Amino acid sequence: MLLLAFDTATPAVTAAVCTAPDAGAPDSVAVAASTASVDARRHGELLAPGIADVVERAGAALSDLTHIAVGIGPGPYTGLRVGLTTGLSLADALGIECVGVATLDALAFASGRTGPFIAATDARRKEVFWARYADARTRVGDIAVDRPAELDTGGLPVIGHGAALYGEVLGADEESAAPLHPTAAALGELAARRLLAGEELPAPRPMYLRRPDAVEPGAPKKVRQWKA
Amino acid sequence: MSRTDLPLIMGIETSCDETGVGLVRGCELLGEDVASSVAEHARFGGVVPEVASRAHLEAMVPTVRRALDAAGVKASDVDAIAVTAGPGLAGALLVGVSAAKAYAMALGVPLYGVNHLVGHVAVDQLEHGPLPKPAVALLVSGGHTSLLLVNDLATDVRSLGDTVDDAAGEAYDKVARLLDLPYPGGPPIDRAAREGDPKAIRFPRGKWGDGTFDFSFSGLKTAVARWVENAGRAGEAIPVADIAAGFQESVVDVLTRKAVDACREHGVEHLVISGGVAANSRLRALAEERCAAAGITLRVPRPKLCTDNGAMIAALGAEVVAAGLPPSRLDLATDTSLPVSVPLAP
Repeated sequence: MLLLAFDTATPAVTAAVCTAPDAGAPDSVAVAASTASVDARRHGELLAPGIADVVERAGAALSDLTHIAVGIGPGPYTGLRVGLTTGLSLADALGIECVGVATLDALAFASGRTGPFIAATDARRKEVFWARYADARTRVGDIAVDRPAELDTGGLPVIGHGAALYGEVLGADEESAAPLHPTAAALGELAARRLLAGEELPAPRPMYLRRPDAVEPGAPKKVRQWKA
Repeated sequence: MSRTDLPLIMGIETSCDETGVGLVRGCELLGEDVASSVAEHARFGGVVPEVASRAHLEAMVPTVRRALDAAGVKASDVDAIAVTAGPGLAGALLVGVSAAKAYAMALGVPLYGVNHLVGHVAVDQLEHGPLPKPAVALLVSGGHTSLLLVNDLATDVRSLGDTVDDAAGEAYDKVARLLDLPYPGGPPIDRAAREGDPKAIRFPRGKWGDGTFDFSFSGLKTAVARWVENAGRAGEAIPVADIAAGFQESVVDVLTRKAVDACREHGVEHLVISGGVAANSRLRALAEERCAAAGITLRVPRPKLCTDNGAMIAALGAEVVAAGLPPSRLDLATDTSLPVSVPLAP
């Protein structure tokens, strides 16, 4: 297995190549190369060079890949779509499978935590995307979008950029909230382990969690009349 | 006749609400496909960027597949990828550019980020063969109203004038709403105008005879709004056909006059009209009449090629490849206001 992973659903643009022997055990997954840069406005520019970089450093060519795993969010939509479009297009051109991984699951996995916690990322508009975890590998329940103050943490530690942004409300600081962003290394390892274990992964479709906020127009506004 | 010695270019367009993919060799269109999200925008009376971006993501790979099938080629036959780098909606452009980078990387072919507006001119080569140099182009759509001097599609395109406010197509959409006609407003106004008297109501001609090649349509729209409002207040029936005809006459009168003036001033004998509004029957008729009188050869691609599509981007891609220009880099950025003077983004 030679798996390319990437995620663009947070300010981090991150890519990695993971390897495992074919039909190997989940524990046989290794990260061959990874990269990450944090720039919330340049996902479209940074992702493709990042992919080229990790594939080359892994000593491979794109045509050697057997799988692609991409973060499906939730996350700010414009960035999120860069990763998904790239994953779907690469998989189509290479004739290989593309699977999805929830971005919060990759963040949780990157934490390596063994006890229960909450992972939260920035959803903009003063909200966070969040989910509860029993440990780094096990999400409990669905992913939601809420205002930080509406979030019942139950005293659990909260990690991720969402926790750091609303540290006072969520009882976190930069240090306790680490890791702030998911890594493609974690996302790829999680995906490869699940694939090797024969688990089903989500389809590579975006988790938006909100409708487009467009409103239907009302009556045309009045124009000023000329006085004769 | 297929020139298989020429490179096969795949063009990808996602600047607004159409996901378009086209396959072109030189001036020959091999096949194309367009997925439109226009129906999803209709109830909002205009393109909603987030709705368009979501639709692009859904449609991107299926549209590539259908275009390859229509052209009877395989992805591995493609020699280069061209993609709209701008101008357009940020989130929409990014879907096409991301897909283009992925296909270029996976297929091991060069990537060319090209200008949407110049693509609208280049597409005419698929219909009428190589464009004589120089030519003047009038681009009229829901997002753009521009007059261009085209010395060379790949290297030398200059802006002569632009709308200073609404695009012509935007004015059609807004006036259609005032008249209770559906979105997009171009076709229903064109139809209604055929039943009306274009001289019954004389609406103002924006920037008429001001010595520039710029346009303005927002005053015209306001004049129509005022007319409709007054008639409503007086309890009169709204003469939809006459208003549509008078409005349309004002738009196409200014467009064609300035286009012909631009040809005369620059000593150009060929005029291309493209963009969605080029499908308008009155614009075509009046342009033909005025070009014939001025000794100008008019070139208007068929309506399907005038609206946004991938073939126009492939057609421009073929030009920049033929000109030997260097490919765009893998960190190619989208540019929502890419100037027309930049046919190829670095």
